[in-house]
Amino acid sequence: MRQTHDSSVPETIPEKSGNGFWALAWLRFRDDRVGVVSIIFVAAFFIIVFLSALGAVASDWNKEVGIHDAPPDLWGLLTPVPPPEAMGNAAQRVAQTIKTAQHGEALLPSTVVDPLAETLAQLQGERMEGAFPESRVVDPLAETLRELGAEGMVLSAVEEKNAAKRTSLPFGGDRWGRDVLTKTIKGSQISITVGLSAALLATLLGTLLGALAGYYGGRTDDVLNWAYSVFNAIPYLLLILAVAAVLQQRGVMTVILILGLTGWTGVFRLIRAEYLKHRGREYVQAARAFGVPDRRILFLHILPNVSHVALVKVSLLAVGFIKAEVILSFLGFGVAVDEVSWGSMLNDAYQELILGRWWELAAAGGAMALFVTVFSLLTDAMRDALDPKIRETS
Amino acid sequence: MTTSANTAKLTLFSVEQLSVAFRRRWQAPFLAVRELTFTIHEDETVALVGESGSGKSVTALAMMGLLPKDSADIPEVSRIVYQGCDLLRYTDEERRRLRGTDMAMIFQEPMTSLNPVFTIGYQIAEVLRLHKGMSAVASKARCIELLDEVGLPEPRRALARYPSQLSGGQQQRAMIAMALACTPRLLIADEPTTALDVTVQKQIVELLKTLKARHRMSILFISHDLALVGELADRIVVMRHGEMREEGSADQIFSSPQNRYTQALLQCRPQLGDVPSRLPVIDDFMVEATPRQTPAAFGGTPFEKGAKRKQGEGKAPPLLEVDRLRKSFFKREGLWRRYEIPAVKEASFTLRRGETLGIVGESGSGKTTLGLTLLRLHQATGGAVHFDGQNILSLSEEAFMTYRRRMQIVFQNPYASLNPRFTVGQSLIEPILLHKMASGRKAATSLAFDWLHRVGLDRDAFDKYPHEFSGGQRQRVALARALAVEPELLICDEPVSALDVSVQAQILNLLKDLQGQLGVSYLFISHDLAVVRYLCDAVMVMRDGEVVEINDVDSLYRHPQSVYTQQLLAAVPRGRGQPA
Repeated sequence: MRQTHDSSVPETIPEKSGNGFWALAWLRFRDDRVGVVSIIFVAAFFIIVFLSALGAVASDWNKEVGIHDAPPDLWGLLTPVPPPEAMGNAAQRVAQTIKTAQHGEALLPSTVVDPLAETLAQLQGERMEGAFPESRVVDPLAETLRELGAEGMVLSAVEEKNAAKRTSLPFGGDRWGRDVLTKTIKGSQISITVGLSAALLATLLGTLLGALAGYYGGRTDDVLNWAYSVFNAIPYLLLILAVAAVLQQRGVMTVILILGLTGWTGVFRLIRAEYLKHRGREYVQAARAFGVPDRRILFLHILPNVSHVALVKVSLLAVGFIKAEVILSFLGFGVAVDEVSWGSMLNDAYQELILGRWWELAAAGGAMALFVTVFSLLTDAMRDALDPKIRETS
Repeated sequence: MTTSANTAKLTLFSVEQLSVAFRRRWQAPFLAVRELTFTIHEDETVALVGESGSGKSVTALAMMGLLPKDSADIPEVSRIVYQGCDLLRYTDEERRRLRGTDMAMIFQEPMTSLNPVFTIGYQIAEVLRLHKGMSAVASKARCIELLDEVGLPEPRRALARYPSQLSGGQQQRAMIAMALACTPRLLIADEPTTALDVTVQKQIVELLKTLKARHRMSILFISHDLALVGELADRIVVMRHGEMREEGSADQIFSSPQNRYTQALLQCRPQLGDVPSRLPVIDDFMVEATPRQTPAAFGGTPFEKGAKRKQGEGKAPPLLEVDRLRKSFFKREGLWRRYEIPAVKEASFTLRRGETLGIVGESGSGKTTLGLTLLRLHQATGGAVHFDGQNILSLSEEAFMTYRRRMQIVFQNPYASLNPRFTVGQSLIEPILLHKMASGRKAATSLAFDWLHRVGLDRDAFDKYPHEFSGGQRQRVALARALAVEPELLICDEPVSALDVSVQAQILNLLKDLQGQLGVSYLFISHDLAVVRYLCDAVMVMRDGEVVEINDVDSLYRHPQSVYTQQLLAAVPRGRGQPA
């Protein structure tokens, strides 16, 4: 029936037009202070991720640069707590070794002298002249002595190495003395890559299928809804196990595929509902009346009008997938052991927390919280900036 | 300002120098109401009339104390006096207590003003419990009484109904019952019938008149429709841009309007009785209005009255022949069963080249479905549609493509019919390029400019987005888009129903001018009999998917054959001093 005579929104003052959609969007974005701050942070994260992916930073995250569980000093801002004294502690022993070595009372002589050597050499000389030229004299101590010598060298190497290790690190060290800072950077690379790629994959898949189901309805909708129901009926973890079993390998790609292929259902449902709504809208009817091809209607006419849903969903999914990666790592389907992510860091850290070593948890958790927050704020700001209508309502 | 017979009555409400300003971001405050002064006497119906943006609803909300505190400012000098007290000095709590007991309000959309998750009975009883402290039993009895009074059938059963189970008219009755629950002294009705069909509108207006007489209450009736207001108002206040333009008794306003704007409002609305060749528009009356390009620039004199109906047009060749067209929707029930909901049952009619056929009916009559089915936007269930001799229902989608150019549509809601993410230019160029009306983007752009000019828009409209335009301007864009592919048939689906009366007149004139220039045939779908009379050569009346009557426009309006058509014509509000 008749539409409401909606009262009194004054004619908006037309902005300088002719700048094009993106230029206008940028102008609107620039006015949003939260958006500008968040984009700076997100950009910083992306630069770090990019550099780390190129190997420019944090490529040596696996090196044990500090003593084990080195406390954080934040480049001298914090006075590091000395590592806890505990008997049988490896650090203690190493420290002891270093101490004794300095006092000249080495536990083992650096060169091992064989006491039988002279006798044996004599015997060897006699044999050569005697009746059994082929027989050889075997030194029964040789094996042990060799071992002793080798051990001495190893130990001295360890001592040397340990002496070079730092007793405190900016963000602290982990159980093996690896630098938590570089670990966090490397972990950010993996986690952000996994979270974003999987979220993009899931959103892409969900949007495509949702658009088809919502716009065409009927059989297409039935089939896709059936697929949706099947995916949703299987418990999430089982589904992940199944996909992981099919892919049969571990690694970043696998995690992205697992999350992406299982996570599209929520997007699908939302986008489908939006398309159902927009399919009946008069601007779509008008486009159909002109005979505009379906793919144009689907992706050029309707998609920009529902893209805010997808955008918000990407940020939510990215956050969710970063968390899901933790669970996957915990189950053994996460990133491989020679890789590090926020998930595996948190997984390592939660066991250490009881011993008072909070820094790894703080670093991984803090990085994750910061990224998730600025990323959500950024997508919000982007959604507002991309919507030409929003100016009217504010 | 004269108040004639009402001077003897006691003043119930007086609004003195009311101004309302809305704070805006980055901009100067928006003055919605400027120094408005009027009074409402006891047992009197006062009407606030104006177009959208005139500040009439804001006035009502200010009286009810329902304006948002954080964005609306009312200056110190403003007063709203009730029983000797200035309501604007009351606390929120004191005002809340007055609402419902002393003053109540009903709104335009009954569907959205009732809470969908509670029954009607619960919602009315809540008012009684809150304001009167009634017990459950007593409030139930009173509810039944109220629902009976507002003429809701089977009031006992209606108590347990949810809003969605009632029709629009019934919902508005329930709304009125709720407003009446505490017998208020003043009932504010904000466009209470705008969302309803004409026949229902008439019933609601009658109901309001009866209730007013019975309870001796005052009504503040807000509407954009002067003719409707004439049916029940004692006094009329005409507003524009937040200011009062004229105040007077209803008789005086209709017989001798003093203000030019009032005159314009009365004139630009098409009447059932006499058919001018062009409708005058507000600008013709308003000297102070900014001069802008009116459709008059395309020829046609604004005040030329009298029937200028083309004679002998019956000889024009038929363009569209519809033969027993049927359209049903199927609803799935359970796994296998489907049941049929017929929307159009056997519609047959012929439209000749250069003519206009009006399709009239109330909501749910199938008129819109018929239009969409003709364009194959809905798939027909049965029957045949011959366009220029070709049965278009049997064509493949590829073969139908040329007909998509030849048949176009303009929709009711200009806010929804343009893609909000496309600039006007993009919206115009797409069909031009799709149907190869111009070769290359450059030629298409200049053609688009051309069409913008023809529908009376400036060049700089090209790069703007739809939300930057008013409703009337958007409808012009939609019209330009449809006509740019040079169709032979244009289906106009309630093209002016969402627009203000003055803008309606402009668009109707534009449609008429363009038809004269292009020779395009219109299929004009509307619920508004007066508009149809103004524009159409023949009229088809539809009800519940069936064609009730089809006839030449003059014969149909002079001698309606079917009872339903007679009812429809009788329900059209005529205001005062108009021939019935």
